[in-house]
Amino acid sequence: MTTLAITAAPSGRTKRVLPGFGLTMGLTLTYVGIVILLPVIALMLKGAEIGPARFWEIITAPRAMAALRLTVTAAVIATIFNALYGLLMAWVLVRYRFPGRRILDAMMDIPFALPTAVAGLSLTALFSANGWYGQLLEPAGIKVVYTIWGVAIAMCFTSIPFVVRTVQPILEDLDPQLEEAARSLGATPFTIFRKVVFPQILPAFLIGTTIAFARSLGEFGAVIFIAGNLPMKTEIASLLAVIRLEEYDYNGAAAIALTLMLIALILLALSNGLQWQMNRRRGQP
Amino acid sequence: MTLSLSHITRRFGKTEVLRGIDLEIDKGELIALLGPSGSGKTSLLRIIAGLDWPDAGTLAFDGQDWLSRSAAERKIGLVFQHYALFPHMKVRDNIAFGLNVLPRAERPGKGAVAETVDRLLSFLQIAPLGDRYPAELSGGQRQRVALGRAMAIQPRVLLLDEPFGALDAQVRRDLRRWLRGVHDSAGITTIFVTHDQEEAFELADRVVVMNEGRIEQTGRPDQIYDHPATPFVARFLGLNVELPVTLNAGRIEAHGLDLSALPRRAMPDGPATLFLRPADILPLPDPNAPFRLTEIASTGALLRIVAEDGTGCRIEAEVPRRAGTRLETGMNVLLRAEAGQVFPGSAQGRATAPAAASDITHALKENRP
Ligand SMILES: Nc1ncnc2c1ncn2[C@@H]1O[C@H](COP(=O)(O)OP(=O)(O)OP(=O)(O)O)[C@@H](O)[C@H]1O
Ligand SMILES: [Mg+2]
Repeated sequence: MTTLAITAAPSGRTKRVLPGFGLTMGLTLTYVGIVILLPVIALMLKGAEIGPARFWEIITAPRAMAALRLTVTAAVIATIFNALYGLLMAWVLVRYRFPGRRILDAMMDIPFALPTAVAGLSLTALFSANGWYGQLLEPAGIKVVYTIWGVAIAMCFTSIPFVVRTVQPILEDLDPQLEEAARSLGATPFTIFRKVVFPQILPAFLIGTTIAFARSLGEFGAVIFIAGNLPMKTEIASLLAVIRLEEYDYNGAAAIALTLMLIALILLALSNGLQWQMNRRRGQP
Repeated sequence: MTLSLSHITRRFGKTEVLRGIDLEIDKGELIALLGPSGSGKTSLLRIIAGLDWPDAGTLAFDGQDWLSRSAAERKIGLVFQHYALFPHMKVRDNIAFGLNVLPRAERPGKGAVAETVDRLLSFLQIAPLGDRYPAELSGGQRQRVALGRAMAIQPRVLLLDEPFGALDAQVRRDLRRWLRGVHDSAGITTIFVTHDQEEAFELADRVVVMNEGRIEQTGRPDQIYDHPATPFVARFLGLNVELPVTLNAGRIEAHGLDLSALPRRAMPDGPATLFLRPADILPLPDPNAPFRLTEIASTGALLRIVAEDGTGCRIEAEVPRRAGTRLETGMNVLLRAEAGQVFPGSAQGRATAPAAASDITHALKENRP
């Protein structure tokens, strides 16, 4: 909004780094429109075209319900794990100095950089009955590949950076004097974390966790290798959408995709709203 | 005796930040730690607060060793230079923090906490601000909240690091008076850090002058002002005219200067350095004197004059304008010192000291052609 207000100022009075507000803003909006907004709108229109009754029928069909339930449950498991582990990871990376810290820091980006199919393949290899981890887990009666746990692990892998990378900068910018002040006022380390540190990283943590969850919901490449994709058992929602598409059942595909998108969008909106509210209370714009 | 520090040293890597600090602070005293930037004031305060530990030395409170105690156990009220208020808590919750984190058994009830907070809010004259967030306060108000938060735990010692550093001159003066009032009515032993000598002298019972990790001098403000103990303190307090003199049977002598007003010193004969305030130098017209007035500039109430003796000795002085109406450039003058401080050893090859920080603007003005 503030950027829009700039147009009110007579052009040419202030020199800007990028040429032409109109040009840059136009390009940005066009891009957002074509790449982000349009597909979303198209999907919504498609969904509207289906009609609520038919829509409901599609997604409550047993196979779709099973796929959605699996996807959401696995995403919840992955997100809980990522929220805790990501917070810990960010903490370690920011608060401690140890040999290899920079390497560890760089490694956090691997899930972003690695093709998800590669991740899926290697995870499957590791956890399959004769893989490094599978060898150990299988005798203990824990089966990962072709179960919901495999799905959750693949989701974990691809979405962990979202939590780490949103919390990390906030943690880095925290004023160490706040913790010292709390310490001199008699707070124990745990109380300091709970009452001073955590409330300040909470907005970022919330956003990071939500994005991680949204990403897990839609994760495809990494999951389909390890999931086994048995209908009604380990078939994720995105895969079911692909299958429907291959059957030329556009409505079926669109309804499932739209459901996933709505869950993600609602959560994003909620967490953004919460963040906005928290920041507003603190007088930060 | 309340707080006792002895031989405290602290090193960060190779830099020695504190080099043997000895200090005794009495109950209820208001102490100023005064020193230039980097002299180790904050480092010392952090050690007293229990946020840092010395490499050597002892720290005791009423005879109890404090180095073996955590910050929490010491019960110290600490006010940071930039306040360090918790941004996500209302003023009220900031002040109550120290009470709310007490172990359950010692924690006062909700009502008692609220009562304490209300009392502090009105004591600090910020009663209407209790429900605001720190971001919605002015600097001076934040300062008060920070002090309230520190006082809520009924600290045994209150430590303030440059409490007014980030405020403008007018607010500083107001808060200074207010802090003195707070101290007098609460009676808490207080140490505050500053690099503003006016602030230190106006506010403190006792001033501790620090330089490069050492205490240069400790004393009452008047004492330090009248009798700076070291050349550093002398320069820091504005005695920035440095002259080579000779001590002869306790008398201070220098060519072209009338030093008869200065008392005799029990110091060995030989070269010495005399430190004078520009305002304590009186030029008396005398055709036979070696100094000639080369510059006269008015600053309103004062005349700033420069006298040179032709051998490279250049002295700056200040006279009230009314007293200096007879002075003209080119005139020969005898310089009479009304007060000054002498230290053995020769001035390091210069007749006039470089202007002290506070005088640097004047010096720049004067040197303009
Ligand atoms: N954690 C640290 N690591 C290394 N050096 C430090 C550290 N803390 C302080 N120092 C050094 O110690 C010296 C004294 O610092 P200190 O903060 O005590 O000075 P100060 O008197 O408070 O100065 P100022 O008036 O600028 O606040 C400085 O030279 C500083 O660079
Ligand atoms: Mg300091």
